[in-house]
Amino acid sequence: MPYQIIVCGGLAPDPLQTLEPVMGAGGPALKNEMMLPAVFDPWAAHALFEAAHLAKQHAGSTIRVITLAPKAKLQQVMMTVAQKLPFELIPIDGPGGGFTDAVEVSEVLAATISGIAGLDKSQLLLFGGWESATRGAGCVIPMVAARLGIEDCFLAVDELKIEDGALVIKERVEGGLHQVSRCAGPPAALAWATGNLPEPANHPQTGMANMRAMMPALQRAKAAGLKGEGFAVTEARLPAQQRQTQIVKDKPAAEIARELLEWIKG
Amino acid sequence: MDKILVLLHTEPDGTLGRAAMESLGVAASLGAYEIAISGAGSAAAAGKVGAALCVQGDEFAVPRSSTDAAAAEALVRASAATLVLAPGTSRWSRALPMAAARLNGVIDTHIVGLETGPETAGDSIQLKRWFYRQRIEGTVARTRRPWIVLIEPGAFPAVDGPVARTPVETRVVVVEATPRTTVLGTVSESAGEQTIRPDAELLFVAGAGWTKKQKDGQVHIADAAERIQSFVHKAKCSLGSSKSLVDQAGEGEAILPFLTHLHQVGQTGSTPRHKKGLATCCHGEEPHVVGWRFINERRAVNLDASCGWARGKADVLYVADAFEVMRELNALLD
Repeated sequence: MPYQIIVCGGLAPDPLQTLEPVMGAGGPALKNEMMLPAVFDPWAAHALFEAAHLAKQHAGSTIRVITLAPKAKLQQVMMTVAQKLPFELIPIDGPGGGFTDAVEVSEVLAATISGIAGLDKSQLLLFGGWESATRGAGCVIPMVAARLGIEDCFLAVDELKIEDGALVIKERVEGGLHQVSRCAGPPAALAWATGNLPEPANHPQTGMANMRAMMPALQRAKAAGLKGEGFAVTEARLPAQQRQTQIVKDKPAAEIARELLEWIKG
Repeated sequence: MDKILVLLHTEPDGTLGRAAMESLGVAASLGAYEIAISGAGSAAAAGKVGAALCVQGDEFAVPRSSTDAAAAEALVRASAATLVLAPGTSRWSRALPMAAARLNGVIDTHIVGLETGPETAGDSIQLKRWFYRQRIEGTVARTRRPWIVLIEPGAFPAVDGPVARTPVETRVVVVEATPRTTVLGTVSESAGEQTIRPDAELLFVAGAGWTKKQKDGQVHIADAAERIQSFVHKAKCSLGSSKSLVDQAGEGEAILPFLTHLHQVGQTGSTPRHKKGLATCCHGEEPHVVGWRFINERRAVNLDASCGWARGKADVLYVADAFEVMRELNALLD
């Protein structure tokens, strides 16, 4: 059975960058936000790799990636992501930072998905990261699913297997356990954790083919028009985290072990 | 003024978990509130805490998006609440965003602090949460209702013992559900090793240094594995690891076979809450700082006295060979 896989994913600052919030008239933002190098959100990337893996196994499957981000930055990031696997990009031009409202973002994403011509819900698998590395709310995919009328939603997914057309899914739950569920089939929403797949190698030919379609799509990208009505991030600051570290050198291992034991039991 | 509902689910054994009791504690600090419960044995649990509403039925006993979201939606509608407090468990984290969307409401998750203004309770609520993977803390306010708030487990004190409330008659809300998903159960992937155990006092974090060449120029994976596993068993602690150590599996390097992505702490892993944390052979700064944000007492053992992560982040840094220290520590724990 072919699947129509839609992957929702945004951009995040490169994890090695130092982030500093600044308050502006419209609320907080990151200092030099537009200058910070960005990556495709790590969890959304896992979802994308899982989508590629699934599409490979089921002939006729399609992958669409829907991204709400500043389109100039999105174009830069896509130069890399597009080399990983073939997919269609549906860009939405708008702020992609962590201080936007997850509820409003879910409304924009759901409206965009509903507007895709030829979408067959009986084949629809909605993918995305379980959280983003920006807002980290972990609620966008379930809200998009609900707005699309999808009842079966799975959060923090690490594995998807197809068994006789049914979806067998492992989700992370408390206590280091996975909950295993069997869903009758699409439509379903899967918000991915890390999964088990490695990052696909770059394939320049795929990248060039993808970018031929992506560039016009980026130029046509509609503005999201996030208004943030009724929502405000009133304060954003770095945590005070400096501790006075006591450096202990030249102490025998046995003595350190005794000290640690006292501390653990204390 | 908001009408407050505390929306809870039972654990598989029909009891209310610690996270549920923490949500009740938060609600008590705001003033008057109602309770609604779903899940296995919800009617009995409702009687114990004086819940006004519950959803019953076998379909609602297991964690599943379709049934949980339907139950939550029905309970919020029945209560006509404008502010809904709920524990941020995996079950509610999956279902309540769906319920919020269907109610045309809003939701905020991972809430670690809550402030009310000097005016009437509920009218000026501000929520504290983290942005950018626990690197920036912020405050959020909303005017749209209903507003569902998922309380981060471990961030607030739980109410002790039975909740003293005026007994109320529990109304059973009838919800129709024909789920397409069957929950088959839970499995543990980590070969008997616990990952993040919220109930443990101590988090032990193993860094990539355990798999590097030691003083004799050799790698000692077996020794490292034995010392780490032995300590985790004896100390009954949580086991976490750095991203670099977990990633080595995919990069063809020597690995500790019992570590998976479920053990990972930091920006792309979990941010556990334990009273104490002991890091061994960890290097690098920001990922570990992020992973350790909510650890109160932190100690580290590694060979680099100027380790950027440990300085300013740990309370005590022991500049020592973690292989030797853990061998001695395991011997003391025998």
